[in-house]
Amino acid sequence: MNRAVFAALSGHWRRHPLQAFTLIAGLALATALWSGVQAINAEARASYDAAAATLGEGRYDQLIMADGGPIPMALYVALRRAGWLVSPVVDGQLGDVRLVGIDPMTAPAGMGPVRLGQGADIAAFLSETGQIFARADVLATLPATGAALVASPDLAPGTAIADLALAQRLLGRTGQVSRLIVLPQQPLRQTALAQVAPGLTLRAAQGTDIGRLTDSFHLNLTAFGLLSFAVGIFIVQGAVGLAFEQRRGLVRTLRALGLPLRRLLMLMAAELLALALVAGVLGVALGYLIAAALLPDVAATIRGLYGAQVAGTLALRPGWLASGLAIAVLGAGLAGVGALGRIARAPLLDSGQGGAGIARAARVARWQARAAGAMIAGAGTLALTGQGLIAGFGMLALLLIGGALALPPILAWLLRRAAGLARGPVAQWIWADARAGLPGLSLALMALLLAMAANIGVATMVSSFRLTFTAFLDQRLASELYVQTADAAQAAAVLATVTPLVDAVLPLMSVVRTVAGQPAEVFAARDHATYRQNWQFLAAVPGVWDLLAQGQGALVNEQLSRRGGLALGDMVAVADGSRLPVIGIYGDYGNPAGQVILTESLFVRLFPTVIPLRFGLRLDPAAVPVLRQTLIASGLPASQIINQKALKQFSLQVFERTFAVTAALNVLTLAVAGFALLMSLLTLGTMRLPALAPVWAMGMTQAALGRIELLRNLMLAGLTCVLALPLGLALAWALLTVVNVAAFGWQLPVHLFPLDYLRLGALALLAATLAAAWPAWRLARTAPAALTRVFADER
Amino acid sequence: MLLTIRALAKSFPGPDGPVPVLRGVDLDLDAGQTLALTGESGSGKSTLLHLVGGLDAADGGTIHLGGVAVTGLDDRGRARLRRDTVGVIFQQFNLIAALDIATNIAFQARLAGRPDPARAAALAERLGLTPHLAKFPEALSGGQQQRVAIARTLAARPALILADEPTGNLDEATADTVLALMLDLVAEAGAALLMVTHSQRLAARLDRRVALSQGRLA
Repeated sequence: MNRAVFAALSGHWRRHPLQAFTLIAGLALATALWSGVQAINAEARASYDAAAATLGEGRYDQLIMADGGPIPMALYVALRRAGWLVSPVVDGQLGDVRLVGIDPMTAPAGMGPVRLGQGADIAAFLSETGQIFARADVLATLPATGAALVASPDLAPGTAIADLALAQRLLGRTGQVSRLIVLPQQPLRQTALAQVAPGLTLRAAQGTDIGRLTDSFHLNLTAFGLLSFAVGIFIVQGAVGLAFEQRRGLVRTLRALGLPLRRLLMLMAAELLALALVAGVLGVALGYLIAAALLPDVAATIRGLYGAQVAGTLALRPGWLASGLAIAVLGAGLAGVGALGRIARAPLLDSGQGGAGIARAARVARWQARAAGAMIAGAGTLALTGQGLIAGFGMLALLLIGGALALPPILAWLLRRAAGLARGPVAQWIWADARAGLPGLSLALMALLLAMAANIGVATMVSSFRLTFTAFLDQRLASELYVQTADAAQAAAVLATVTPLVDAVLPLMSVVRTVAGQPAEVFAARDHATYRQNWQFLAAVPGVWDLLAQGQGALVNEQLSRRGGLALGDMVAVADGSRLPVIGIYGDYGNPAGQVILTESLFVRLFPTVIPLRFGLRLDPAAVPVLRQTLIASGLPASQIINQKALKQFSLQVFERTFAVTAALNVLTLAVAGFALLMSLLTLGTMRLPALAPVWAMGMTQAALGRIELLRNLMLAGLTCVLALPLGLALAWALLTVVNVAAFGWQLPVHLFPLDYLRLGALALLAATLAAAWPAWRLARTAPAALTRVFADER
Repeated sequence: MLLTIRALAKSFPGPDGPVPVLRGVDLDLDAGQTLALTGESGSGKSTLLHLVGGLDAADGGTIHLGGVAVTGLDDRGRARLRRDTVGVIFQQFNLIAALDIATNIAFQARLAGRPDPARAAALAERLGLTPHLAKFPEALSGGQQQRVAIARTLAARPALILADEPTGNLDEATADTVLALMLDLVAEAGAALLMVTHSQRLAARLDRRVALSQGRLA
């Protein structure tokens, strides 16, 4: 019996291949965009985990120099002798590879190359020639070192591990380490750190540090993946709903012939599951291609933003494959549950004739309007009272779903008003017919609305960010040249060289402290016109620079102000026994950490051990190449001289790559919405004949009807685009003032870009024209026999 | 003569080549005259009606309607004919679902450039539709919908009314009532009526009746 029923049910798809294609393609696209994003996230997280597992990053307390400089080995020895169980790590760049040197004898268990921990040859690792462990692709890029190379696929991407002595030699840091890992188990009695090594500061374990920092970035990607998935599901919902509606007659017949409802529903669900699995396999394959195409940009973004290494090539993970198929099945389930429910509730002899009625459409519109109102109100409540990233994304979801649900009732209202104003019979019919046809098109239009709003919102956010960021770079990177020295002696030599050649030398000094309960970097600023002229404040007391120069206050960045709850006038303890009022709050875009700025004289008094090793140099930009050559000639490596122009260019490059992924997802989402519109119009094309044939019979030509169809659909798409603008701007506002603050700790001003919106609107209308042109052309070319058949067929 | 048909032929494509539906039909109809066209299923009745009404193009023969050679018209010309000269009443009513009853009744007259609200109101009254003018077609019964279709056609004052099984979807009593009303109103309007029907009983109430069999007039 099952086979016979299956044959009867599947006959529908053979008769309507376009519908089958729409369903499978829609579900495959939705799955592809979602699973593509998940593949990127999984790859990045695997890289973070590998880094955490092999390098112990973020898992243990660490000792670092308060001024950020290298730790002499002598200090390490002194600590060990004083009873501190610490393990040295040296960390640096060897060509394009991050080389980490560890001491396997003192390192915490489980840290280091996995093979070493599993009985590998420690003697070989510690030998004179030594061994370097890394992934095969990393080993291939290492310069010749003489050490034996060992491939270890479990290591973090872009990273190589060697014995401490070998790494120190290769990095030119003999006698120095970058940090000391504090083992979890320490003796009960040990000398206080301040006594043994006053220059060191303890940085507490931060859990999965990189994971936490990058969470917001991945949450952003996930939100986009979810949005694209939702847009794709609109297509599936439309196709499934239509297929089930058109099979009501078959359902009635099968039930009348004695097929139990439960069996019928199970078979229909099984049929949907089979289609979902086919679409899922296609979607996962497509998702893999999307992820492979986007991953290099994502890896570059994460490296640029957070310094974390992510493999640039994609691995096939069974969990990801399974989740891709599961999301396809879930999507099909979401799309099919309503249709199956309607069949389950329908009386046996239900003809389904009332399904598309005007009265039912009005009822649905009223329900949609109420749900939309409730969701938008919920979004507003969250905007006013919610806190944190989850609340921010919850607000975005409510805003978008509410906006999408509000679209059909708003369009219906606008069309009713227009019909009331129309005078001629054709105009009246066009408006009324557009309103009557709205239920069939509303899902595709909602998909278009979401895609457009997301595009407007994200374009506004990115462009606002770009404007602010460019101005911020001009403000913060005012010095023409930046130099980094290795130690006090080199710093003194550089100062002696440059001082007569430049207008001003601005030392850059900092220490890591806990301020207002938050980890923060305390910087010194020399009282100079560079700061006074270039820095902009979000809030400041009058005469802020004079007060700062007199040591009567501190500046804090927006991140610290928000996280630490600091406002102007609040007191902050920047050093033991030193409390200062906050006299200015400044924007610090792109920096995840808190920051405090003191005047140089006060900083030196509070942190006398900190020696400036970095300097900003002010000079005539035309003299930069000459000074650079002079510094190189004096023995300063070129890699320690950074041109402001190059730095700005690099920062903007990082910025552009960051949003390249977002832009790609945006375009894909819009393409999916265009596809949804095309498929809806094509599927509805044949169903439109009964509405058009009477008008044709009364004297309108097919060509005129085709033109009207095209105009009608363009008008609906145009109205949708217009309505997408306020929703997109609301989205931009939410992203910039709520989500950004929760994710990064800083707020951006919202700028408007009307030309961009017009261009986007034109693009959407072009997509709608292409989508509507084919069905309209088909209508204009329909044989009269197909139209006259309408008058004979039972409808 | 309002309508003159000579040697009219029409075929439709079939799996084994063209299937002839009309094989040389000759027919005349005077203005104000009513004619019933009967015949078994598949005899070509509806096809003949569609060709006369400019809904489809003939393969051979001629149709002259009000002095116009329908068979020589292009798509635009046939559309003008449907709008200005002919009114079609279908078995399935084919009202415009998106418009209310009042707008449906007035629609074709306005499309033809002959709006007459007083006549539309009078027809609605005669056909018992006045209480339903603000409703949409889906809210009306089959009999009521067919009355709306009749009112819509008569409101446009066409010279020739083509009716394809106009009472085929109605019960016998309702069919009798609707046909009586239609014949009265057609007579009042002075229009000619060409009606396709299976029912000999209904056909007998028209001025003339002809039967089609296998594409030819019997």
